[in-house]
Amino acid sequence: MCGIVGLLVKNPALRDRLGELMLPILIGMTERGPESAGLAVFTEAVGEARRKFSVYSGTGIAPWADFAQAAMRELGADAAVSAHGNHAVLETAAAPVQVKAWLARNYPQYHLLSVGRSIDLYKDTGTPGEVAARYDFSRLQGSHVVGHTRMATETAVTPERAHPFTAGEDFCLVHNGSLSNPNSVRRKLEPLGIEFETDNDTEAACRFLEWRMREGDSLTTALEKGFDELDGFYTFLMGTQDELALVRDAFSCKPAIVAETDDYVAISSEFRSLAKLPGVKNAHIFEPKPEQIYLWRV
Amino acid sequence: MASVTTDFVRPASGPRPSMPTVAFDLAVQPLRQLNCFLHRELPGGDLRVLVKNPDGAHSIAVGVNAPIDIEIEGHAGYYAAGMNQQASVTVHGNAGPAVAENMMSGRVHVKGFASVAAGASGQGGLLVIDGDASLRCGISMKGIDIVVAGDVGDFAAFMAQEGRLVICGDAGDALGDSLYEAVVYLRGACKSLGADAHEEPMSERDYAAVGELLAAAGFDHDPREFRRVASMRSLYHWNADANQEY
Repeated sequence: MCGIVGLLVKNPALRDRLGELMLPILIGMTERGPESAGLAVFTEAVGEARRKFSVYSGTGIAPWADFAQAAMRELGADAAVSAHGNHAVLETAAAPVQVKAWLARNYPQYHLLSVGRSIDLYKDTGTPGEVAARYDFSRLQGSHVVGHTRMATETAVTPERAHPFTAGEDFCLVHNGSLSNPNSVRRKLEPLGIEFETDNDTEAACRFLEWRMREGDSLTTALEKGFDELDGFYTFLMGTQDELALVRDAFSCKPAIVAETDDYVAISSEFRSLAKLPGVKNAHIFEPKPEQIYLWRV
Repeated sequence: MASVTTDFVRPASGPRPSMPTVAFDLAVQPLRQLNCFLHRELPGGDLRVLVKNPDGAHSIAVGVNAPIDIEIEGHAGYYAAGMNQQASVTVHGNAGPAVAENMMSGRVHVKGFASVAAGASGQGGLLVIDGDASLRCGISMKGIDIVVAGDVGDFAAFMAQEGRLVICGDAGDALGDSLYEAVVYLRGACKSLGADAHEEPMSERDYAAVGELLAAAGFDHDPREFRRVASMRSLYHWNADANQEY
């Protein structure tokens, strides 16, 4: 069991309150996923030539001041780091391939969680409440957020196996369910040079969809191919720089509910975590149908 | 036909105003307090129990065995009114997965839509859904009657053994897959019939049954608009000659 959580604010005035509005939805799904939690928040995009890198240092206090100085020295004077506990967002104009090599060389113990102009990603073990407090989720601002609470059934409980998973730039996916063919998907992708970081089934779905989009598919087309390629139980919630997308498998054993108003689209595994959202009493509430693509744009 | 109920207006035919009433507010009272009251502390006689701020909680009013009225004033989560006997439970909102599962008798009325497995394995009583029902509505039903005003999702009445499922809207894929002796009455279109399910001619008894069920549910469609879906009974016996090509 897991909980999936999403919120896209249509009303730009609510962007400052994205984290605050999302937090009760995430905490409300603690019973479905008490072991790990995470989210991707999509903020206003940085300049076209710049990228943000969410970096997780593992346990212990990370010397972020030294990290920032090294980044400015070696990646360019305009590199900037904002840190919260064992998490930091590095923003730089240096090319992603250069930044990844620099991280691998100098900080092999750190984990790169996401890359993009818009995405910031946080995930860790602990209850959703603990993880939210650790990274101060209520402060987060942006247009949309994709979150997850995890109760592991397939692989170990570790920060890197928590959701969301990312691939490429400005793309993330969370999953409630279990895939039955992640290894065959993986065997298809690896010869194409696509590297995996974990043994988690969700990572296969994430990398498959990102590969399709890199090959020119829209998210919708990629998802249509995903219906044929990905076997198993799933409710997937995905974010790109300007989209939020939701799909369920043909059998729809894994729940999802959507509450939509003029101000927002809120998604959760269960209504109970949406019950306190402002305006939800007048929201259009529905369950997504099997193998239908629900996509909202910022 | 996605129906959403967000203003919870009582039906005109609701409980008598003079009926003794007990209210529970789940925003401040634990669910267990409500269910303990319903299981052990009922005073006897007519009673109306109001459940305020249900907010999608699981297992509201499960296992009740008394002829009382229960009004859930909002959306319910998993298993609402599960195993119900005798009680009349109304959800003035949407119901989560497996509403009225294994109901024995009484009545459960969902004013909004119902999630998956509504009325699963129910043995008696009447389940009425004013909106749509999701996948696997009436799965393995064993005597319950279910009337859905809207559409039903895939695999409705899967392996249903006894009872009647009345669908006023459309049905999804695999309607009545592996049916036993339950009967489905369908008014709208059906994406596909499941294995061993087929349409049969309606008899006068069928029209009468549909008329009674629609009246009990409070819907006024003409029974003549419904078709009967039942089992071909070809899966009842092992066919050694089929070479496992089912």
